[in-house]
Amino acid sequence: MRDIHTSAITDAVKKLCMDANWYLEPDMLQAFDRALQTERSAAGKQVLQILKDNAAMARERRIPYCQDTGMVVCFVELGQDVHITGGALYDAINEGVGQGYTEGYLRASVARSPFDRVNTGNNTPAVIHVDVVPGAELKIMIMTKGGGCENRSKYKMLTPADGIPGVKDWVIECVKMAGPDACPPLVLGVGIGGTFEKSAILSKKALFRPLGSPNPDPQLDVLEKELLDKANRLGIGPQGYGGDTTAFGIHILTYPCHITSLPVAVTIECHAHRHKEVTL
Amino acid sequence: MSVTTASDGIKDIHTPLTDADAASLKAGDRVRITGVIYTARDAAHGRLFPLIEKGEKLPIDVRGQIIYYTGPSPARPGEVVGSIGPTTASRMDTYTPALLKLGLKGTIAKGYRSQAVKDALKQHKAVYFGSIGGAGAVLSRFVKKLEVVAYEDLGTEAIRRLEVEGFPAIVLNDCHGGDLYQDGQKAYAREDP
Repeated sequence: MRDIHTSAITDAVKKLCMDANWYLEPDMLQAFDRALQTERSAAGKQVLQILKDNAAMARERRIPYCQDTGMVVCFVELGQDVHITGGALYDAINEGVGQGYTEGYLRASVARSPFDRVNTGNNTPAVIHVDVVPGAELKIMIMTKGGGCENRSKYKMLTPADGIPGVKDWVIECVKMAGPDACPPLVLGVGIGGTFEKSAILSKKALFRPLGSPNPDPQLDVLEKELLDKANRLGIGPQGYGGDTTAFGIHILTYPCHITSLPVAVTIECHAHRHKEVTL
Repeated sequence: MSVTTASDGIKDIHTPLTDADAASLKAGDRVRITGVIYTARDAAHGRLFPLIEKGEKLPIDVRGQIIYYTGPSPARPGEVVGSIGPTTASRMDTYTPALLKLGLKGTIAKGYRSQAVKDALKQHKAVYFGSIGGAGAVLSRFVKKLEVVAYEDLGTEAIRRLEVEGFPAIVLNDCHGGDLYQDGQKAYAREDP
């Protein structure tokens, strides 16, 4: 058994929240550079260049890349030989979110109830998913998920007969429906299989794979590349002004499913794809 | 006229705008906006709308003005504002025609508008501008002054009066039926191999 105190978790989450919003990850910056090489549209190129400048300015001034600093989605991989001391894991994470958003001058964007819409004032609570895994480490992965793109995320229960062609059509349909509203160039997380909720969670988790890295499953890797090519033929382009760069990447995760089902969840993520992780 | 074309081809706009100013702008025009603009998004619109329905006075006079759909992040000490990019326009579509009818001349945001909003732009001679979604750090440089003028309890969603200088935007929908999204996307769509 290894003890990890909740104060270490709070400190880690606080730092992840601030860093994610101020410092866009290198995989995203590289995606801008790659797209600047291939984009044919002058307006699209200009948008990409401004977004690159935006990342530099956010870093330099330690202000958020995007004013929508998101709702925090937190995936925790909790080693089964870890003993958390000093309080509750969920409270420690939310305390870190509250401190990070308050002290980091990040926007409070969470309503305490879907109906009364009163702002909680410090961006808590986070959406937290915990997986128990072998080992004595605690891995914390956070994404600060913007609302504009999240609002364009979609789910469809396909049938086994729809198969791979059905999945392709649905994912591309989602890109079309997202359009400029979701701030392209997009990153798509696609969860296929499992049950209704499992596919949705997979679609979020898929977004943590570094952009530009291959899917470890060669068949899925081929599918991802085909889908990305199709998405970038739609002409939507950066900000929807027209162009070749509609999506930076499409990441797929799968899980076994019932013989009747083919669930497909698509999380739409914008170019402000802010993700960070740490292992304690 | 509050709209003039600069030597770099970009149109300089000084608020407030007249019908003739709005009519002179075409989809695809790049613009720089200088003067006063107001911020309002979901929650503020939710409070303005019942006032409009009851014919009551609004906390801001929208005639000739531009509303920017944004909820900025907090300013660091000594700074005017944090990050201040646009939010998705479609959530305000329900409210926009009523504001245009009152004389609002422009909105700034990102994303598609409904047919009802596009029709109202034509009918009331107004413009829908786009600023770059997610470029909030860059856009903050163009905001010289910020003051909350209504609904302070709404936090980031309060109505703010901004003084902007050369705020960069592009005309997405004009009052002649022009639509940058449609034209731009058509030009780059390619068939599958």
